[in-house]
Amino acid sequence: MLRFIIRRLLLSLVTLAILLLIITALPNLAPGDPARKVAGGTASPERLAQVTEDLGLNDSIITQIGDSVTSVATLDFGTTADGRPVTDVVRTSLWNSFKLVTLSLLVIVPLSILGGMVAAYKKDTWIDRTIVNVGLAFSAIPDFVAGVFLLAFLGVPFEFFKVQANAPGAGPLTQIQHLLLPVIAVLAVYFGYLARITRAGTINALDADYTRTAFMRGLSTRDVFKSHVARNALQPTVAVLGTQLGYLFGGMVALEQVFTYPGVGKLIIDAVNGAEYPLLRAGVLAVAVIYMLATLTADVVIAYMNPRARLSVGDS
Amino acid sequence: MTTLEEPSAPAQQAALKIDGLEMSYMVRGTARSVLRGVTFEVRPGEAYGLVGESGCGKSTTAYAALRYLPSNGVIDAGTVTSDGQELTAMSAKELREFRARKASMVFQDPVQAVNPVLKIGRQVAEAFEVMGQSKKQAEESALEALKRVRIAAPESVMDRYPHQLSGGMLQRVVIAMGLACDPTLLVLDEPTTGLDATVEAEVLDLVRDLREELNSAILLIAHNLGVIRTMCDRVGVMYAGRIVEEGTVDEVFDNPSHPYTKGLLNSIPRHGLQKTDRELFAIPGTAPQVGAHLPTCTYIDRCPIATDLCHSEVPPIVERSDGHWTRCHHSDRLDEVPEPDETEVAFDVGTEEVIGVRGVSKTFHQRGHDVPALVGVDLGFAEGETLGLVGESGSGKSTLAKTMLGVHSPDEGGAITLRGRKMADKATDRIEESVRAVSMVFQNPDSALNRSWTVRRILKRSVVRLTGVKGEAADRRVEEVAEAMQLTPRHLDMRPRQLSGGLKQRVAIARAFAGDPEVVVCDEPTSALDVSVQAAILNLLATLQNDERSSYLFISHDIGVVRYLSDRIAVMYLGRIMEIGATATMFAGVNHPYTEALLSAVPSVDGVAENRIPLAGEIPSPANPPSGCVFHTRCHRAIEGLCEVTEPDMVEIGPGHSIKCHLTVEQLSEPLVVKERMLAEVADDPLVD
Repeated sequence: MLRFIIRRLLLSLVTLAILLLIITALPNLAPGDPARKVAGGTASPERLAQVTEDLGLNDSIITQIGDSVTSVATLDFGTTADGRPVTDVVRTSLWNSFKLVTLSLLVIVPLSILGGMVAAYKKDTWIDRTIVNVGLAFSAIPDFVAGVFLLAFLGVPFEFFKVQANAPGAGPLTQIQHLLLPVIAVLAVYFGYLARITRAGTINALDADYTRTAFMRGLSTRDVFKSHVARNALQPTVAVLGTQLGYLFGGMVALEQVFTYPGVGKLIIDAVNGAEYPLLRAGVLAVAVIYMLATLTADVVIAYMNPRARLSVGDS
Repeated sequence: MTTLEEPSAPAQQAALKIDGLEMSYMVRGTARSVLRGVTFEVRPGEAYGLVGESGCGKSTTAYAALRYLPSNGVIDAGTVTSDGQELTAMSAKELREFRARKASMVFQDPVQAVNPVLKIGRQVAEAFEVMGQSKKQAEESALEALKRVRIAAPESVMDRYPHQLSGGMLQRVVIAMGLACDPTLLVLDEPTTGLDATVEAEVLDLVRDLREELNSAILLIAHNLGVIRTMCDRVGVMYAGRIVEEGTVDEVFDNPSHPYTKGLLNSIPRHGLQKTDRELFAIPGTAPQVGAHLPTCTYIDRCPIATDLCHSEVPPIVERSDGHWTRCHHSDRLDEVPEPDETEVAFDVGTEEVIGVRGVSKTFHQRGHDVPALVGVDLGFAEGETLGLVGESGSGKSTLAKTMLGVHSPDEGGAITLRGRKMADKATDRIEESVRAVSMVFQNPDSALNRSWTVRRILKRSVVRLTGVKGEAADRRVEEVAEAMQLTPRHLDMRPRQLSGGLKQRVAIARAFAGDPEVVVCDEPTSALDVSVQAAILNLLATLQNDERSSYLFISHDIGVVRYLSDRIAVMYLGRIMEIGATATMFAGVNHPYTEALLSAVPSVDGVAENRIPLAGEIPSPANPPSGCVFHTRCHRAIEGLCEVTEPDMVEIGPGHSIKCHLTVEQLSEPLVVKERMLAEVADDPLVD
């Protein structure tokens, strides 16, 4: 298992290196003059030259790549336009995203797994149909649209739900209270998807002969689910969660915008709009690292759940 | 509904008593009846068998014995009682207790019946925990249970995952779980289907031995009549959700008293029947669908002796002899059930070799290891000849078939020849004539036919690709081929899912014959089919061979079927031909020790077989074959100091009869005295991975 993890981490490094190349080359390839964008339309030619120099655009591409690698190695990505260290800015956004994602997962994962398993156990009854169709209907609404609706119907009329998702410096409970609306929006999008994956996995496991054998051995439904169905049924769910986690970190741009929440998504879009290349570089790399760690974790969890998956991992 | 209570029945209560059980499945809101009044009982310590073709309700009855209903199953009438307790009236909790402590079930496919993600020890221990044992106690009991089923290296098995064990070992594990509670009732649903004949024989031996130890009553479901005959005391023949005949196995199999039982027994090759003797009897028509309306006799549509009486009245139970009864109006007219005629057809086998397999070896390379799957195979097919190929799973039968077809290319030096000329190794490099020369019929027609195409399109594609005929001529050829397979024009416009298993296999055979092949490789073509359908397919294959003069390589686990169809038989073990000879010679006596063991393992419908020769352990991995003679590790006649050192050559011991063995004919004819020693070795044999 250890060998597998090391091998995967090394492979991840290769992927990250390629990604680093691309984002380093980006300012050189982008249309228009990035320095003009950073400095503003009315900047003097001297100022423009200074900014170009600061962005490293006068250096050869090799030097630029070398600088990128150095910045990754030292975790020093320079400063933003307004003079704050990039590392600090990214760290703050990451922490904000982390809070939102963790709270979302804590709500979504148990609910969708429960929903999916109940739907599978009650297959083809009205309970199953309700869970599946309601989930599907909500998945069809984009998260930011759901966010706007939630703002209008819960955030505005009820004091309890906060329109601002961010509450810097407040106690943990208050922070959670502020995060409720975006979490509900994420739940609306993901519940249907995860519940359906879980449902399909559970139906397979329930139909399997070993489940029948377990029932025939006199086990109660609860025990059958606990020791036979769950580990087999949840493997696809875990795999999907692994790939979605990266998205939750970096992809909720619109939702963060709606709730004016300073997460990584908002950071990246702001960096793009302001042509803040150092910030963009650090933000994208952070999301990539999280994505890789999440999928790796999912694979390791699956290998733990399923001994046959360990074979492909090279540890039998 | 008549119940069968013998006046002399002992006061002891039946381990299982099913009385007038009627069940139906709800399909889109309509109830479709599947059991139409099943009544039988299994006495304590007795083994009762249920036989019948697929869809007759055997498995439904087996599940009902533990009151396990599919979610859409409904019990309409009748009761299920075990040891005086009525299952049909139990609460969910009582039912769990009953399953945990009184009854057990063993399923068809052991690989599916164990949870792939849990260690064997955990799963077996669970059966004891259900009965209230602590984790630690349960673990000790689990180890005991594994020892009891005589599994090799039980301690190490406890710690293994299912995918690390073979099918035979897993079936022992499943039986160990089933026996955890010393059940009053043990239900075995096709426990050996899908296992090799030798493994099947071992599992059956085990069940037989344990039966003596346990005094459990056994309900055995099997479609293999031989298994029922060797294992059971009494048997019930089921047809369309009803038992139509019941009695002791000897009575029912030797003196069948229902037209259906007669048809069933006539459709299997018994008593060493061969294609030159007579055709097999195929029961006309098909079994009724679940839910069909059958107010009187259920067999009426296929019965050759049905009269108006059968259409108007439910047949009564007619006693034939003590405990042997049939549900038929006309049990006195059974002689009128037509028997297939003696065949007049002479099957000439040509003398010229059409296809040859010359010194073919095939070595696979896996993770840097050489895995020899075929070693120096030499075979020849004469025109119109059937060569039967037998051997356990993993002996290289399918690899040989694929090499002939050009899916695998043989190692340097080997060749597949067509009328003496070497064909290209790869099918893609072969000239058209060579491609046409070899074709294949697969085991499972469901996955061999494109489900979204019509039969006509499937056949036309083969005709066009193989013969180059196009347009109307191709259409005519398709119709010709279909007609030869006894497919009607109506079938040509259907899709595979609209056809029954037998018809699908006919389409697959038609496709194989589309290019007018020289040799057709038939890989277990009937093992997925019911016996009466199998009979029709075997008849078809025999007729086609005579008309088309093609040769067959016929691969099968079923020795009876191989014997029926084959002119010569080859026995394979670890990629080598161990013995080859004319069918009659092979069954007449002096054989290679491996053949001897294989033949002795077959459960026969014709009564109890003679001394069985157990094969120690499992087939070794081809990646690491034993030294000397590859069979010496399991051989009951091995000579120490010789067999494990030198590999024997193929020697001709009679005309056309060769074996790969050091022993002389005299040595091989000596009767065996080694059974005890062999049994002891089975128990200590180290785990084969």
